[in-house]
Amino acid sequence: MKFIISLILIALISFALCTVFPWWSIAPAAFLVSVLIPQKASVAFLSGFLALFILWGGYAFYISNINDHILAHKISVLILKNDQPFVLIAITALIGGLVAGLPAFAGSLLRKPSFPNNPSI
Amino acid sequence: MRIFLSLLTMLVTAALCFIFDTKQVLPAPLGKLLSPQHGVWQNAEPVHQDFSADISFPQLKNKVDVYFDERLVPHIFAEEENDAYFVQGYLHAKFRLWQMELQCFAAAGRASEIIGEKAIDHDKEFRRLGMVYAAENTLAEMEKNPAIKAECDAYTAGVNAYIETLTQSSLPLEYKLIGYFPEKWSNLKSALFLKYMSYDLAAHENDFEMTNARSYFKPDVFHKLFPAQPDSLDPIIPRGTHYATPSVDVHAPVNMDSINFSGEAVAMNQLSKPDRENGSNNWAVAGSKTKSGKPILCNDPHLGLNLPSLWYEMQIHTPQFNAYGVTFPGAPSIVIGYNDSCAWGVTNGGRDVRDYYEIQFRDDSHKEYFFNNNWEKTNFRIEKIKVAGKPDVMDTVAYTIFGPVMYDRNFGVKRNTTNKSFAVRWKAHDPSNELLTFNLLNRAKNYEDYLTAVMNMQTPGQNFAFASKSGDIAMRTQGFFPAKWKEQGDYLMNGTDSTFLWRGIIPQTEVPTQFNPERGFISSANQHPADSTYPYYLGRDYPTMRGFIINRMLTGMNNISPENMMQMQTSNYNVFAELAKPAFVKYFERQKFNSKEIQYWDILLQWNLSNDIDARGATIIDVIWKNLFESVYEDEYAKAPKPVAYPLQTTLLEAMLRDSSYIFTDDISTTAVETWNDMMVAAYKKSLPVLDSITRAGKLEWGKYKDTRVNHLTKLDAFSRLHLPIGGGSNIINATRDTHGPSWRMIVHLNNETEAYGVYPGGQSGNPGSRFYDQFIDQWAAGKYYKLWMMNTTEISSQHIIAKMQLHP
Repeated sequence: MKFIISLILIALISFALCTVFPWWSIAPAAFLVSVLIPQKASVAFLSGFLALFILWGGYAFYISNINDHILAHKISVLILKNDQPFVLIAITALIGGLVAGLPAFAGSLLRKPSFPNNPSI
Repeated sequence: MRIFLSLLTMLVTAALCFIFDTKQVLPAPLGKLLSPQHGVWQNAEPVHQDFSADISFPQLKNKVDVYFDERLVPHIFAEEENDAYFVQGYLHAKFRLWQMELQCFAAAGRASEIIGEKAIDHDKEFRRLGMVYAAENTLAEMEKNPAIKAECDAYTAGVNAYIETLTQSSLPLEYKLIGYFPEKWSNLKSALFLKYMSYDLAAHENDFEMTNARSYFKPDVFHKLFPAQPDSLDPIIPRGTHYATPSVDVHAPVNMDSINFSGEAVAMNQLSKPDRENGSNNWAVAGSKTKSGKPILCNDPHLGLNLPSLWYEMQIHTPQFNAYGVTFPGAPSIVIGYNDSCAWGVTNGGRDVRDYYEIQFRDDSHKEYFFNNNWEKTNFRIEKIKVAGKPDVMDTVAYTIFGPVMYDRNFGVKRNTTNKSFAVRWKAHDPSNELLTFNLLNRAKNYEDYLTAVMNMQTPGQNFAFASKSGDIAMRTQGFFPAKWKEQGDYLMNGTDSTFLWRGIIPQTEVPTQFNPERGFISSANQHPADSTYPYYLGRDYPTMRGFIINRMLTGMNNISPENMMQMQTSNYNVFAELAKPAFVKYFERQKFNSKEIQYWDILLQWNLSNDIDARGATIIDVIWKNLFESVYEDEYAKAPKPVAYPLQTTLLEAMLRDSSYIFTDDISTTAVETWNDMMVAAYKKSLPVLDSITRAGKLEWGKYKDTRVNHLTKLDAFSRLHLPIGGGSNIINATRDTHGPSWRMIVHLNNETEAYGVYPGGQSGNPGSRFYDQFIDQWAAGKYYKLWMMNTTEISSQHIIAKMQLHP
């Protein structure tokens, strides 16, 4: 349950911060949530990673889909030298996931390990 | 340990953020670019995007309604004229901001600020040419006219109203990719844009090349290479027109040749040049030649083909006028189009209005120069060129009575002219108010209004075609041109006194004009404006072939419909080949080639003279012609100083047709005397391996060989349209070459209810992520048109409307 909550919180706070602040505000968002919600470090990483992987991947897919992938075709040729719109979406998701997963990991390490037993997922 | 690991991870996170936020490690800031809320995804416009909006602008005096049709063409309905220009500026910015700003930066010699040190040469050249100086002079003149000042102010306010709404996420795509933010717009930027068009259309000259050619070749040889006027000439204003005695004295100074021309070659690298074939076609047929009995006007300006397009289509409706056509993102008004009474279109005049004078400086400080027996003081303009990622580059340009000293030993490695200094005299430096031309044309009701309007056009000189509903047609070879004596300004001139200064500008009453001619049509295709009886010198560097074929076609046509005009405007017929082929046949010796080698010749013989997409003959003649040109002249040019002028293609063609013992067919490096037959054999021999390799690449068909593309302004393939299936080429009415051609095709039938057609190779949106980005390109390549919709206020619920934008104070 904690996992789901922190995943959703990270996604929501990231989205909110990004309406005003630069893209990398997803990192402090993930960090903050994992400081507040104690989880095993590996689980925290996963919650941060998945939160942004889904948020960025999903949002990019949504945008690209109603665009008939016109732009994704062109940008993938430009950046990847290959006409692969879905790879571009995957890379978007991956970058979001990494930049949120790592600070989530770092944040959870700052908490004392108060849950020696299996954490609830 | 946990704390340490946490800190380490934070450090890695920070590093990742840095890597994905900058170009320091990766070639692009991938995080910033791919963040769906900030980056390029935000520029992926939904295919069913609703452009409707209701926006309040305190700058407006009254409400303005904008209706977008299914091609995203805005139809602006304003109660106040200046409100319309505000909205025009707003829409230009909304759909084309990046190109507008880029063109102004390029015009002002500020390209290095955006693209870095590779643009330093360009920036230096434009600053030394005095582009900003020219724009400032034009702006001062424009702002003296209260109506134009108000028009520009409103336009600028509209552009800025849009720029103020921009955030990182709503920035146009190119700003995100390159990584910068737009500046505020200003009236000076509109003036700079107009100067950019002057550069493109009225900065072509060959003065250094011609000087070197004349210093190298003996006079009789020189005059054979560069004849004054081609025999095939069919001028814009027909032969036989009577011209009055000139009011400006055009007798050459008696001592001209000795001083005007020192006989000394000037070595330098002159690199970039506006395209020599920046040309165009326009014509209008009178009611006597049309099916409906009403005039039809046609225009297709040939320019570099780019995305986003130079043009943006628009209708502007105000209580004062109602006009439809294409506009320049960067300037107010409709530039080429029609209104409720008449239609107009332009081709480039192509006259030489840029000359050079050699300056004698007193010393290396360049503070004083010798002129009319005095030491005159120069003015310095300090040019600070900002360079992205590098230190500023400083340049000092000395201004003389002629203009800025463009070429001297300080220009830079590639353009240094060692011990000589040359000032440039360019007509575009003079104060002028070209925007008034378009302001008045938009509301012109008749021939007199048209004349009044176009007479404000100083530079670039344009051939203005006109047709009205009342049945009039007209052509004016408009511009403010220096009154030159024969060959004045063809070569570098002496600048130590006033002998070689331009003596004056040809008065507007002496500009060749044609009104309702008996032949029932007017036309221009960048050929000579008039024949040799015109008292002022017109220069010699004009293409003649398109004008020739247009006039021949129009002469033979009657009962003309708009469909006939479309066929003509997209015609791939190659009149140059029509003339060249019989000469080829005359001098070609078939027996000198084996059956495999002769196959190309046989294809050429069967070719129908049309440069269609699948025409192999068109490719073959192109290759043979290039080799023939080389075979004929390369021996004479082997030791010529560089840069040097070459003869026009038509010079060789006419020699081939009329001069069976042309002196240049002899290869001067051999003892034998070669003839046309030898040249043809040599050219064909040299062509064989070229044609073989073209065949192997599968590119013998003309469309594949020519390979037309429409480049994005960054030249990035991903945003360009490549390998377009389209015929045409040089000397052909459909003047589509590889990256250059008809940038807007328009046909206006001035029937009781105006019937108009148009298409340009681009789309209304400048955003590569929009479906409107390149929407018209396939239609354009196929030679098809869109019906242009002059909307009226009773049609506000038409099914053609996809969005309505309401703007109010």
